[in-house]
Amino acid sequence: MPTITYRQPDGSTLSVAVSDGTSVMRAALENDIRGIIGECGGQAMCATCHVYVGSTPELPPIAEEEQEMLECTAAPRDPARSRLGCQLKAGSDFEAIEVEIPARQV
Amino acid sequence: MTLDETVACIGAGHAGVQLAESLRTEGFAGRIVLIDEQEHLPYSRPPLSKEFMTGTEMAPLPLKGASWYAAHDVTLHTGTRATSIDRERRRVHLEDGSALGWNHLVLAQGARARTLDVPGSTLAGIHTLRTLNDAKGLRAPLARSNRVVVVGAGFIGLEFACAARATGLDVTVVDPAGRALARSVSSVTAAALVSRLEAAGTHFSFETSVLAFQGEDHVRRVLTSNGDLDADLVVIGIGVVPRDELAHEAGLEVDGGIVVDSALLTSDPNITAVGDLAVSSSTGARTECVQNAADQARYVAQRIVGKTAEQYAHVPRFWSHLGPNRLQIVGTWTGSDNSELAGNPDGAFSIRHYRGSSLIAVESVNQPREHMQARKALESRLSVA
Ligand SMILES: Cc1cc2nc3c(=O)[nH]c(=O)nc-3n(C[C@H](O)[C@H](O)[C@H](O)COP(=O)(O)OP(=O)(O)OC[C@H]3O[C@@H](n4cnc5c(N)ncnc54)[C@H](O)[C@@H]3O)c2cc1C
Ligand code: FES
Repeated sequence: MPTITYRQPDGSTLSVAVSDGTSVMRAALENDIRGIIGECGGQAMCATCHVYVGSTPELPPIAEEEQEMLECTAAPRDPARSRLGCQLKAGSDFEAIEVEIPARQV
Repeated sequence: MTLDETVACIGAGHAGVQLAESLRTEGFAGRIVLIDEQEHLPYSRPPLSKEFMTGTEMAPLPLKGASWYAAHDVTLHTGTRATSIDRERRRVHLEDGSALGWNHLVLAQGARARTLDVPGSTLAGIHTLRTLNDAKGLRAPLARSNRVVVVGAGFIGLEFACAARATGLDVTVVDPAGRALARSVSSVTAAALVSRLEAAGTHFSFETSVLAFQGEDHVRRVLTSNGDLDADLVVIGIGVVPRDELAHEAGLEVDGGIVVDSALLTSDPNITAVGDLAVSSSTGARTECVQNAADQARYVAQRIVGKTAEQYAHVPRFWSHLGPNRLQIVGTWTGSDNSELAGNPDGAFSIRHYRGSSLIAVESVNQPREHMQARKALESRLSVA
């Protein structure tokens, strides 16, 4: 099973095992991970699932709509590491991933 | 109210669950009880008419994981309908005969899909789409139908039309109005979206009313003011009715929704209403979107714990997803006296709406950057106001 590790702004981490196809956003909601809202339900429309990707294998390129939404995140964007959690899917995009949760989403 | 009292909320949708979360985040230490007639773990609605319809994901997106409620000491009564409100004794009566006391009550029952009452409207194959059960009930028929008639060119109707078209079905949308999305977007945006859906093969019949449905047990034909249409699946998307009946029976002021003041209080100072069913006493309008439900709930939580004495004020925003067309709206465009188009109506574009020289709303299709910039501009103005 793929795993996702979430790192909170205070440094605490939690790893969860998820089934293929689960997004970083969905897994956060399902596992009570603070700091990811997902207001639009995973449609790259709200940018409230912003994460900074840590040590990870290559991720698929950022689609244009994701790119544009990332320009306006509540916490500063890190050009090298910012992604929308709803656009990263376990299995197809990564087997193991560590993401850092920004201090703010709205 | 003091912080060790009970807040009960009828309805565990977008507003109810956000209220519970925000109350805890704001430091409320009392009892929180959420009551919902649906048996499911509270879930997100927007995906239901979009990727859930055609996708492979069988599970709805939960608003919170199952463990969240216990971890935050929130009592979740699902599968239980509230049947009456006793304002004198501050109790909610539940369907199972039990009653629940509260110090403050929040009404967040949302709305139900409006039904169409014409001959034949009880035939099988005629659906509405509001709940997870509705959405589940549409997936199998979608896979075995050929011809779909969607009644109503609002967001639910168009989103469903896109999903049905994406699976290759023959889709016709009928609406008595002269254009799509008449209540929600400007005519330029509506026309641009409709022509894209048409290019993708969806048929439209405007200024067309449904007169009757025909079929033996199952719908086979739709009789309209503009000719007959064959159909083996019909989805009615003609808007919603606020679920204000309990409030009405309890003697609260109701007028096309539960009337609330600028602090979202009903005519009883111990009862608040939020989300789809709340109608503003100053504008006479209800707002049906996730952002409104969530923002109102966040505000009410702050008000309950005494962190704000201000009036509720937020810039509304909305999104919809029609196949590859991504619509985002911020602000309220009605009341604009001049508008400006930026971009190409055949591709990515935005329409900026002004009243005099001040920007009041922006509609964007496939221009998220424009949307987010407009959102920041409009929200920052609110915070200085
Ligand atoms: C298919 C669909 C797609 C949508 N897409 C979008 C979108 O793309 N963007 C957007 O912004 N908005 C969208 N919306 C609208 C959005 O979902 C609503 O605005 C939002 O859900 C309103 O939240 P609410 O909490 O007021 O009501 P709801 O989320 O409807 O919750 C109300 C809850 O109260 C419960 N209830 C009612 N009466 C009782 C009772 N007597 N006892 C117990 N429980 C009761 C109901 O079961 C329900 O769970 C969509 C809605 C639907 C149905
Ligand atoms: S959940 Fe809204 S952008 Fe990811």
